[in-house]
Amino acid sequence: MTDIKATMDALPGIDHRAPLLQINDLHVEFRTRDGVAKAVNGASFWLSPGETLAILGESGCGKSVTAQAIMGILESPPGHLTAGEIRYRGVDLLKLPEAQRRKVRANRIAMIFQDALSALNPVYTVGFQLAELFRMHRGMSRSDAKNRAVDLLDQVKIPAARSRVNDYPHQFSGGMRQRVMIAMALALDPEVLIADEPTTALDVTVQAQIMGLLAELQQQRNMGLVLITHDMGVVADVADRISVMYAGRVVEEAPVHDIYARPGHPYTRALLESIPRLDLKGHQLNVIRGLPPALTDIPRGCAFNPRCRYAKDPCRQDPAPPAYAIAPHRTARCHFFREVLGE
Amino acid sequence: MSDPNLITVAEAPDVSGRSRSLAGDAWADLRRNKIFWVSAVLVVVILLMAFLPSLFTSADPGACALSNKHKGPTGSAIFGYDFQGCDVFARTIYGTRASIEVGVLSTLMAGVLGLVFGLSAGYFGGTTDAVLSRLTDIMLGVPFLLGAVVFSGRLSGSEDDGVWAVTLTLGVLTWTSAARVMRSSVIAVKSQDYVAAGRMLGASPGRLMFRHILPNSMASFIVVLTILLGTNIAAEATLSYLGVGLKGDAVSWGLQIAEAQDYARIAAHPLIWPSIFLAATVLAFIMLGDAIRDAFDPKLR
Amino acid sequence: MFRYIVRRLLQMILTFFGATFVVFALMFANQDDPIQALVGEKTASDSLRAALTERYHLDEGFLTQYWYYMKGLLTGDLGKSLTGRDISEMLADAWPVTIRLAILAILIAAAIAVTTGVYAGIRRGGLFDNGTLLMTLLLLAMPIVVLAPLAQLVFAMELRWFPATTTKNATLYELLLPALVLATTVIATQLRVTRTSVVENLRADYVRTARAKGLAPRRVTWVHVLRNSLIPVVTLIGVDLGVLMSGAIVTEEVFNIPGVGFNLARGIRTEDGPLVVGFVSVLVIIFLIVNLAVDLLYAALDPRIRYE
Ligand SMILES: Nc1ncnc2c1ncn2[C@@H]1O[C@H](COP(=O)(O)OP(=O)(O)OP(=O)(O)O)[C@@H](O)[C@H]1O
Ligand code: SF4
Ligand SMILES: [Mg+2]
Repeated sequence: MTDIKATMDALPGIDHRAPLLQINDLHVEFRTRDGVAKAVNGASFWLSPGETLAILGESGCGKSVTAQAIMGILESPPGHLTAGEIRYRGVDLLKLPEAQRRKVRANRIAMIFQDALSALNPVYTVGFQLAELFRMHRGMSRSDAKNRAVDLLDQVKIPAARSRVNDYPHQFSGGMRQRVMIAMALALDPEVLIADEPTTALDVTVQAQIMGLLAELQQQRNMGLVLITHDMGVVADVADRISVMYAGRVVEEAPVHDIYARPGHPYTRALLESIPRLDLKGHQLNVIRGLPPALTDIPRGCAFNPRCRYAKDPCRQDPAPPAYAIAPHRTARCHFFREVLGE
Repeated sequence: MSDPNLITVAEAPDVSGRSRSLAGDAWADLRRNKIFWVSAVLVVVILLMAFLPSLFTSADPGACALSNKHKGPTGSAIFGYDFQGCDVFARTIYGTRASIEVGVLSTLMAGVLGLVFGLSAGYFGGTTDAVLSRLTDIMLGVPFLLGAVVFSGRLSGSEDDGVWAVTLTLGVLTWTSAARVMRSSVIAVKSQDYVAAGRMLGASPGRLMFRHILPNSMASFIVVLTILLGTNIAAEATLSYLGVGLKGDAVSWGLQIAEAQDYARIAAHPLIWPSIFLAATVLAFIMLGDAIRDAFDPKLR
Repeated sequence: MFRYIVRRLLQMILTFFGATFVVFALMFANQDDPIQALVGEKTASDSLRAALTERYHLDEGFLTQYWYYMKGLLTGDLGKSLTGRDISEMLADAWPVTIRLAILAILIAAAIAVTTGVYAGIRRGGLFDNGTLLMTLLLLAMPIVVLAPLAQLVFAMELRWFPATTTKNATLYELLLPALVLATTVIATQLRVTRTSVVENLRADYVRTARAKGLAPRRVTWVHVLRNSLIPVVTLIGVDLGVLMSGAIVTEEVFNIPGVGFNLARGIRTEDGPLVVGFVSVLVIIFLIVNLAVDLLYAALDPRIRYE
C-alpha cells in the first residue's frame, strides 16, 4: 500500500506545500438541444487538509456539477468543461492523461452521493462493491479484498459487518446504506472527500449520526472535506469555511463565524434570513424573492441583480463584480459589500 | 430585461409549446420522421396492390402455360414465369390481397379480443384480472406456430381457400400481447387523478372506460396492433409454406415461396420476388409501428 | 426466494395443464369426426379407425380423452404415427441434431445481440447505433420463410460457402448456416432490448459511483452496466425459445435437417395427426420447463427479486 502511494507521488509536478485542492475559475456548460446551459461560470475555492469547506446555494446553482467536474465524472456529452483549473497539490488534474486521472479518483479524491440506494449497484453485494476498489486499485486477491471490506464496514460502525458484507444494497436501511457509501469513499484513504448532500435523503436523527460519523472519520484521517448542502444548520456545526454559490459562481467565501455574524453579500444575507429560527418564532420568514436565473440566459452584470434589494445601475452592467477582498480570508462578489456589511 | 412584462412575453412561446397535447406533439414528431413517411407510402402502395391489382398488371394470375415454364423476364411478365408457367409478377401482385386480408382480419380479431380481455382485467382487477391473466399465461404457454399448425389444419374444409381458417387461427392465438399492453396501460391510466376524480363524482364504469381510459390507452395499443399486423402477415406466409395455411387455388406469397423453393437451383426468380414483396410488406408495418411508438415515447431515442 | 419459487411452480403447473389442454382442444374440438381430423384428407380404413379409437379413447367423453392423453404424455407413451412408427422413438431419433442446432443458434444470437446491443447503447444516436437499428428493422421484417430459402440459395447454392443440406450426423460447420438463419429470428429483439436497457442503465446513479471509484470504462460497462442490463434480456429467453421452435420447423425443412422440426413439418404435410399432436405436446412441455428455468435465472440475476 505504501508503495502505491509512493508511485502516486510520482504525479508530475506534485508539490506537498501547494494547497490540497484549489479550483480556479471553473466553467462548465451543458450543450443540449434547447441551448447552452452555463451551469458553472467561474467557480473558485481552495481546501486545506483537515478542513471542512461547506458549499451552499439554492437548487440548480451548480454545486453538484462542480463536484462532478472535480471528480472528472461529468456526463459528456452534454457536459463540457470549457475553462479553469483543478489543482490537487499543485498538479493540474485537467492536464493529466485519463489513466492517471483515474488513479486520482478514490485514491486521492473521493465522493459521496446523495441517494445511496440508487448510487449503489443493486445487483452486487456491498462486499463486492467495496472489495472491487482493493482489487482494481491495489491488485488484492478476492479474499484479502473481502476482509478489507469487512474492516471498512466495521469502521463505519455497521453492526455484524462480517455477515452484512454479503448483503445487497436494498437489504440495508437508509442510514446504513449511507454508511456503506462512506466506507466506499474512504476505502483507499483519500485526502479529499466531497460529500454531495450526504444526509438530505435521511430522517433527522439519522442525519445527525451520519454527520457525526463523517466528522469523526475526517478528524482521524486529517482529510479535507467539501460538504455540499442546503442545510445552514448543519453548516454552522461542522464547517470551518463557507463558499456560497449563485448561478455557477462563488459569490462569497468566508470563515463560518464571520459569515453568520456579518454576511458580505446580499445573497448570503438573504439565505441566512430564510433560515427558520427558534428565537424568532412567530416572525415572518424571509423568503428570497424571485427565482434563480435560467442558466441559458444569465443576467448581465451581477447575476443576482434582478433579485437584489441593494442593486443599483453598475450591477446591471458588465463586467460582473470581481471577488473583492472584503476582510482577511474573506471575499465577496458584490460592488456594494460595504453597505451590506455595515447594515 | 428587469421589466417583468418583458420577461413574461419572452417566456410565453416556451410555455405554450410545453402545454401542447401529447397527441399533438406526437403528430408533430411523426411529420418530421422520415421512417414514418417511407412506411406510410409503402403501406399505401401495398393497399393499392391488394385491392386494385389490375392497376399494376393486366395479366391474369391464373392463366398459366406450361410452355412458359421457368422462362426469364419478358415484356409483360417482368419477373418471368414459375414452374407451371405462370406469370410471377402477376401472381406476386395478386398475392398481396390474401396477405392483407388475413393480416388485417386476424389483427382486428386479436385486437377485439385483446381489448375486451385487457380492458376488463385492468379495469376490474381482482378475480377478473387473476383469471384473465392466467388465461393469458396459458395461451403464452403454447408457442404460437405450434398451436397454429395443430389448429389451422383442423379448420378448413378441403374445398375452401383457407382464408377463414388462417384468420381464425391467428386471431385466437395472438391476442395476448394486445391484452397485456391494454391491461397495463389501463392500470396506469386508472391511477391518474382525473380518473379517480371521475369515479368519485359518480361516473359509471362504462363511461369512465370509454371517455377517459380508452383514449389514453390507445397509443400503445395501436402500436402493438400495427406491429402485430406485420407479424401476422409473416405468419400467414409461414403457415401457407408449411401447408396448413392458404391452399388450393389461392394466390399467396407463402405458397409461391414453397413451390419455388424446390426449383430454386433451376430458377431463382420465382422464389426471390414473392420473398421481397413479403419482407417489404412486413417491414412497412413494423416501421410504421416503430415510428408511432417513437413519437409517443421519445425519451429513449 | 422460496416463496418466489413456490409461486412460480404453482403457476407453472396451472399453465402446464392449461396449455396441454389447449393443444388437445385445438386438435379435437369442433370436429364431427375426430378420426378424420387425425388422418386429414386420407380415407381411414376400418382397422385404422378402430386403432385410433382405442388409442385416443374416442368412444368416451372429452375429459376422459384428455385424461388418457395426459397420462400418455406423462409416461412418455406417445402412441404410433399413421406410418406405424413409435412416436417416442422418432422423437428420440430426432432430438440430438435439433439440440445442437438450437444451442448453436442461441449462442450465435446471444453473442451478436449482447455485444452489438451494448456498443449501440454506449454510442447512442451515433452512426453505429442508427446502423444497427436499421439492421434490426430489416431482420424483424424477414420472416423465416423468406430468410431460410434465400440464405440457402445465396450462400449454399450460388456462393457454395456452406452445404445446402445436411444429415443426421451433421458437423457444426454443416449446421452453421441453418443456425445463423435460426439465430436471426431472435437477434433483433434481443439486440433492441439490450440496447434500450444499456441506455437506461448508463444514466443510473450507480454508474456515476462506479466512475467515481476510478474504475476503467471497460469495467464500468461490462461489469456494472451489463449485469443490470441483462436482466430484461434474460426474461426474453423464454419467449425466444418459442420463436426458435417455430423457426426450426421451417429451417429444418428447408435445409433437410432430420430433426424434430423436420419430422413435424413432414407430419403436417402428410396430415399425420398423431405425430403432430405428440411432437407439439412434447415441445410445449419443454417450452414450459425452460420458462420456469428462466424465471429462476431471473431471480438469480436480480437480488431484489430473490429476497422478495
Ligand atoms: N446532465 C445534464 N444535462 C443537462 N443539464 C444538466 C445536467 N446536469 C446538470 N445540469 C444543469 O446544471 C445545473 C446545475 O445543476 P446541479 O446539479 O449542479 O445543481 P445543484 O446546485 O447541485 O442543485 P441541487 O441542490 O438541486 O442538487 C442545473 O440547472 C441543471 O439543469
Ligand atoms: S453587485 Fe449589486 S446586484 Fe449584485 S449583489 Fe451586489 S448589490 Fe446586489
Ligand atoms: Mg446537487
